[in-house]
Amino acid sequence: MAVLLERFLNFGNSLPGVLSQGLIWGIMAIGLYITYKILELSDLTVDGSFCTGGAVCIVMMAMGQPTWLAMVCAFLAGMVAGSITGFLHTVCKIPAILSGILTQLGLWTINMFIMGLKQGELISTLTIPARNSKPLVSAMFLTKALDGSKPLYLYPPLTMGVATVLIIAVLYWFFGTERGCSIRATGANEHMARAQGINTGVNKMIGLMLANGLVALSGSLFAQYNGNAEINMGRGAIVIGLAAIIIGDVLFSKLFKNFALKLLAVSIGAIIYYVVIQAVLTLLKVDSQYLKLMSAAIVAIFLTVPNFSGKHPKKHKKQEVPACSK
Amino acid sequence: MLQIKDIYKTFNAGTINEKRALQGVSLHLKPGDFVTVIGGNGAGKSTLMNTVSGAYPVDEGKILIDGVDVTHLPEYKRAKFIGRVFQDPMMGTAATMQIEENMALAARRGKIRTLLPGITNKERKFYKEQLKILDLGLEDRLTAKVGLLSGGQRQALTLLMAALQKPKLLLLDEHTAALDPKTAAKVLDATQRIVDKDNLTTLMITHNMRDAIAYGNRLIMMYDGRVVVDVSGEEKKNLTVERLLNLFSEVSGSDEADDKLLLG
Repeated sequence: MAVLLERFLNFGNSLPGVLSQGLIWGIMAIGLYITYKILELSDLTVDGSFCTGGAVCIVMMAMGQPTWLAMVCAFLAGMVAGSITGFLHTVCKIPAILSGILTQLGLWTINMFIMGLKQGELISTLTIPARNSKPLVSAMFLTKALDGSKPLYLYPPLTMGVATVLIIAVLYWFFGTERGCSIRATGANEHMARAQGINTGVNKMIGLMLANGLVALSGSLFAQYNGNAEINMGRGAIVIGLAAIIIGDVLFSKLFKNFALKLLAVSIGAIIYYVVIQAVLTLLKVDSQYLKLMSAAIVAIFLTVPNFSGKHPKKHKKQEVPACSK
Repeated sequence: MLQIKDIYKTFNAGTINEKRALQGVSLHLKPGDFVTVIGGNGAGKSTLMNTVSGAYPVDEGKILIDGVDVTHLPEYKRAKFIGRVFQDPMMGTAATMQIEENMALAARRGKIRTLLPGITNKERKFYKEQLKILDLGLEDRLTAKVGLLSGGQRQALTLLMAALQKPKLLLLDEHTAALDPKTAAKVLDATQRIVDKDNLTTLMITHNMRDAIAYGNRLIMMYDGRVVVDVSGEEKKNLTVERLLNLFSEVSGSDEADDKLLLG
């Protein structure tokens, strides 16, 4: 009994941290939403670009650059990563999945190169320097913001909550613009988009860049939170992102019709995913080595269910429309 | 308005599946011409349409729209001049977007997409007025997702969208073939009204000989990648199905042509 109580207490104590991490991963999932749901592309770049964001951010902070600049550069680096996938897909005509895999593979080396910029060699872990660095979020702030040694607005769940709302607001605006609408049309019906004079290749490129920019931004926040960037930090990111999108969709698709709310659902989905994982780890005391297998299984189940229940009818499959219809 | 100069198109050239879809087609449409195109399966009607729209590049020949050589322009750039309605009602609209959003996309055809709002309130009023032309009650459902509409409604909407930003050329690729006869008649009726309103230069493929005769001021028939019959003016007005079939047999020298044409 006492053991169980202790587990519950541990679980309760971990919730603010879990909430913060869920919100951080939520930003990544929102990025993935752009490619997976809006453009209907399966972009596997994210596993790599997530780490790219972390690497760029931490190496710049280690070099004494301000945190905001480090995060802006992380975002830009993610966009570059996305543009490479976009180039492979739209110009070289390589299928999107393969394009993403190629970029992701290449990023492995690039990420180690970025982290080792200061030393001039490839390294696989880079820790934030304790002195002089002022991260925007950090696991340490969970207590420091509450005991008064840091201002309250640096309380991670609060910081990340505000950041998430800001990002959703910007995306809501963007996808309501002429360009944003044309990107949605590109994903919804490419054939129609071209007939309406939309350059679908450019739009896919923009979408991939924006998405990976957000993924990298999320990576930069995650690295700050943990105090280091690590070459494996993005591994499985796509699965977490998909889980967040699907959990959000399954739970809120009836309630949330508005685009901004749909993005919010993704973020909430990420939080729920993290809470569930944490519950399994602390309450059931499952070894964390089993985590990846469990995640994969959970996402597989969530992806399967909608296909067999009447509530979410199988989406109208966009066939590669033959231009000549006889 | 549209000048097609001796175009050739062969699919799978050099293979056992070689198909010479267009073998020297020339066609000149004057502004305001409404041309109906008929012909059996494989006659090259759709290929002709798709080379004009830019979906397929041509092997030889030239295509000019309003004097501009568009032969080498990609599909999305040609869209500036061309409004299109496809045979498949799913193809012309974005199902997951609202009616008004679809129209706003069409209203910006051929323009650079900026970071200005994708749709304004002023536009909404205009779209409402436009939708009334269709007489399908869509004017009260501006924010409904297009995926909720019936095939006929979607086709009518696509038609309206194609004409929203007055196109130099309207391409209708058997746009009523997938609809039931009653709906097809409605959509054709709307077509006539929309074409008349702006006096649009139109190229309409149809499988239905009666429609081909009833609509437009000129009729062409294709056979084996060529234009074999071309009637206009008084001759077109006095055309009957029987006369058309006779014309076809004369040109193609084939008796079994009748069924092929009719059943298409």
